[in-house]
Formats: sequence, C-alpha cells, structure tokens
Amino acid sequence: MERVIEGRALVDGEVEAEALVADEPLSFWGGYDQRTGEIIDRRHPLSGQVAAARVLALPASRGSSTTTAVLLEAVRSGKAPAAIVTVAVDYFFSLASIVAGEMYGKPIPIVAVAPEDFATLRTGQRIRICRDGALIVRTGAVL
Amino acid sequence: MAMRIIARMAEICGADSLMDITGAHIDSALFQGDATLEFAERLAGLGAKVVVPTTLNVSGVDEHGWREWATPPEWAAKARRQMTAYQSMGAIPTWTCAPYQTEWKPNFGQQIAWGESNAICFANSVIGARTERYPDLMDICAAVTGRVPAVGLHLTENRAGQILMRLVDVPRRAQEDDEFYPVLGSLIGKIAQDRIPVVEGIEIVPAEDQLKALCAAAAASGAVALIHIIGVTPEALSLESAFQKKSPRQTVVITMESLRAARRELTTAAGEKLDLVVLGSPHFSLAEFKKLAPLLEGKRRHHDVQFLVTSSRLMTELADKAGCLAPLKQFGGKVTVDTCILTTPMLRQEINTLMTNSAKYAYYSPGLLNAQVVFGSLEDCVRSAIAGKVVRDESLWRE
Repeated sequence: MERVIEGRALVDGEVEAEALVADEPLSFWGGYDQRTGEIIDRRHPLSGQVAAARVLALPASRGSSTTTAVLLEAVRSGKAPAAIVTVAVDYFFSLASIVAGEMYGKPIPIVAVAPEDFATLRTGQRIRICRDGALIVRTGAVL
Repeated sequence: MAMRIIARMAEICGADSLMDITGAHIDSALFQGDATLEFAERLAGLGAKVVVPTTLNVSGVDEHGWREWATPPEWAAKARRQMTAYQSMGAIPTWTCAPYQTEWKPNFGQQIAWGESNAICFANSVIGARTERYPDLMDICAAVTGRVPAVGLHLTENRAGQILMRLVDVPRRAQEDDEFYPVLGSLIGKIAQDRIPVVEGIEIVPAEDQLKALCAAAAASGAVALIHIIGVTPEALSLESAFQKKSPRQTVVITMESLRAARRELTTAAGEKLDLVVLGSPHFSLAEFKKLAPLLEGKRRHHDVQFLVTSSRLMTELADKAGCLAPLKQFGGKVTVDTCILTTPMLRQEINTLMTNSAKYAYYSPGLLNAQVVFGSLEDCVRSAIAGKVVRDESLWRE
C-alpha cells in the first residue's frame, strides 16, 4: 500500500529509505553519535538505534545549539540520516543541511509535515521523499 | 557564503525581512570534528570579519591546560586551530558559556544573535535582550553579516507566554535553596518543550546564579529559549504582561511531588561509588567560587575522587585574586578553563560515575561521556568528594 503525505521541503532533495520514528524531540549533541549514527541519548526512546541512512522522523530538535555541528559532522563522515522529517519548521536541522550543501555539496532533505500526518509514521516503513516535499509512504508490504 | 546562509534561513523561517543585530555570541568555535574546523577555516580564509561585538563560547580545548588531562594532542591541535580561526575573524576570546556574566553582557531590549542554549535562555529571560535560538554555524554568519531574519523572539509579539506553570505548596525554604533551581528548570523544560513558560509562585528574588542554573536546566531538558517568572524577570511584572493580555493555552501545577520526580530523573547512577565531582556548567562564576571556598577550607578530597571546577579564564583570575583558588588547590581540586567536560575529551575512560550540582552536566553526561551521574547540591558534592562516596542531604526533599 502506498500513500502520499504532503510536506514542506525546508531543504529539498530526493531519497528513499526505511523510517525511524519517535514522538520525542532529540538533541543531536549528546544524542547522536556522529561517527556511527547511533542515537545515544539514553533517555530517548530511540536510544541504541542507528539512524544513519534512514529517514529519521522526530517532532523537532531539542536543547543544545550544537545539534547543527553534530549533524554537519555526521554528513561529512557519511553517518547522517538520509533525510529528517519533523513537525515543526526546524531551523537547526535545516541550517545544518544548508551548510552541508555549502561545504560538501551534500545537503540532506529536511521536510516538515502536519502533526496528524506525522502521527501516522511508523518505524520500519519505507519512505520516499520527493523534491517538492511530498512523502510516499509504503506500508504493509505483503499480507 | 554567510549572507547566502542567512538569506536561505530567512526563507525557511518565513521572515518578511532581515534586521540588524548589535551583538553576537558564538558557539560554533567549539571543535566538534573536521567539519566544524573546515567550516571555520573556510570562513576565515574568505576574509570574514565580525561586524558587531562578538563573544566566544566554550572551545574544544583548555588552550594552555590540556596537557594535564587525557586530551589527545591531535584533538588539542585541531581545536586550537578552530579557536584561532574565530579569533582571526575578530571575535573576543571570552571562551565562556556564561557570557552574560562578563562585561559584554547585553542590555534589556538589545537585539542580539546568540548561540549556546543556556546563554540564549538567560539573555532572553533574565536580561530581556532578544535573541532567537541560533544554532552553531549560523551564529557566526549573523556576526559576520550583522543581519538575522526578523522572526521569533526578536519580535515583541512572539515573546508572550504560552503555558502557565503554577507553583503550589512549594515552601519558601525550598525556593531559597540553590539545589531547587536546576531541578525546577529541568521540570520546566520537560513540560514546556519549545513553548514559552510563565512561572508563577516564586516568592523570593533568586540570585543570578540560581537563575543561571534554572535557564541551563530548562534549555537542556527542553528547547526553552525564554522563561517568564512573575515578579522576577523583566517582561513578567504581572501575568497580564507575561502573556501579553492573552490567556494561557495550558496551565500546569508544579508541586514538591513533581519536583521530587524531576530531581530523581537527574540521577542515573544507582550505587554510592564515585569517580569525579564536577562543578561549573554553565561556567562557575566568582560568586560560586566564593560559596565553594569556605566549604573546602582545611579539608581534603578522598584520594579516589577527583574534584573539578570548569570556568572561564576571567572568573578564575578573579577567584584567585579573591583568595578562592588556594583552598580549592589545598583540597586537591582543579580548575579547567575555556571548555568543559562535555566539549573536550579530557576525562579518562576510568571515570564512570560523576556527581554534579549542574542539571546540564547531569543531563548530557550519560550520552556524551557514557558515564553514570548523580545530581546533588553543592554541599552534597563537597561532602561526597571528602567521603569518597555519594552522600546526599535529602531533608529539603523529604515528604
């Protein structure tokens, strides 16, 4: 089954990957290992999961302003999420991606979606991010 | 490049226009890896200069003291290169996460672009200066261009409170205690997330360092950039002014019960074992050094427990002149400047359990240092360092 969620591409790009979803915001500083892509905030529901090369869906970033630097480092080391989907228009993730574009020509798509759409996202779904910000979500592959 | 980044961010924020700033505080000088260094050297290489008075947050290394610690020389060399790059752009080498306790403290109403979550929260809340939450890499772009998107907390209408937090039956005795503020801050941040909380029920005038601890905690457990405290902070003379005549969308009651739970959450270690006591996130102030010194007088730390204060060069110098460093040294304690335990790999692997009076250290240490943490008051921290094991006075928190 496939369905389409309209989103706003804060930083555009095209990618398809498996989703990793949590309903709690995350600070990348102290929360994301830039060398491995593991989520290391031990108080976060995704603690221990690896977000590298996945579509990471979080309501927003949280806390430290160093989140952007960690995301930039993760892009440089190839351990960044493939894309990030948020509810809020997240300046931190957007900024990091813009700078990743400036520095390395490798921006990652950052998309904001409505809260009711965000609530339908689940870990393990395959999500295709389109350049216009639309998300194509594939669920329940074979019954 | 800086202007291009600012302009794209303005688009994303939906800003109608850019506006001028008259001060900046840069968190980007913190060495996080090759990418942050390359970004700094790219800007510096392009000849970027800051156009407003610009202070620097903590760096990735204690520039002159790193050899006393486990900091790898290669890390130190790169972190120092990054420090040099930002200084070459004309920023002031304050190297502190408490820039509001320096002579470059902003004024009420001043439009600034600050990085560092605790400093942002303090500047907006306690001083009434106006800054958005500027992330690393953007703060320097604002300092170089002198311009930011005219959005968010720069604009009066966006500074109204959004959620009311009412303290109920929280005794004055608790409110007077330093340990109360990091705990309250943690709870505020957790509840508020990215909304603007208005706190009602503080009956005393908290000290600057108490508000510092509160802001740092709230900005760690949530994305809080502005807290109004009725009768305390400058934009919160009354509920009406804090909410700008609107009504709160939500009201939450804060009791000793909820505070006790928040305090429990700050501790992750189970036992009494202790390797390090660390104070000073945000950076220890002169007033805090003055409070600490008499507690250490004539005493000595347990040989199994290290004792560390993180601060700025400036505050350490003042503390020395005030006679506060000698007791610390005799106690067996050390001071690290320019940086902190979270931003430089200075601690040895054997440091597994640390104790602190800082909610920010308590919040980030498990993830960043893979360490267990115990939260306690300043007095608890000192007594534990002497005893060689965790000792906490629970009397303030007993039911």
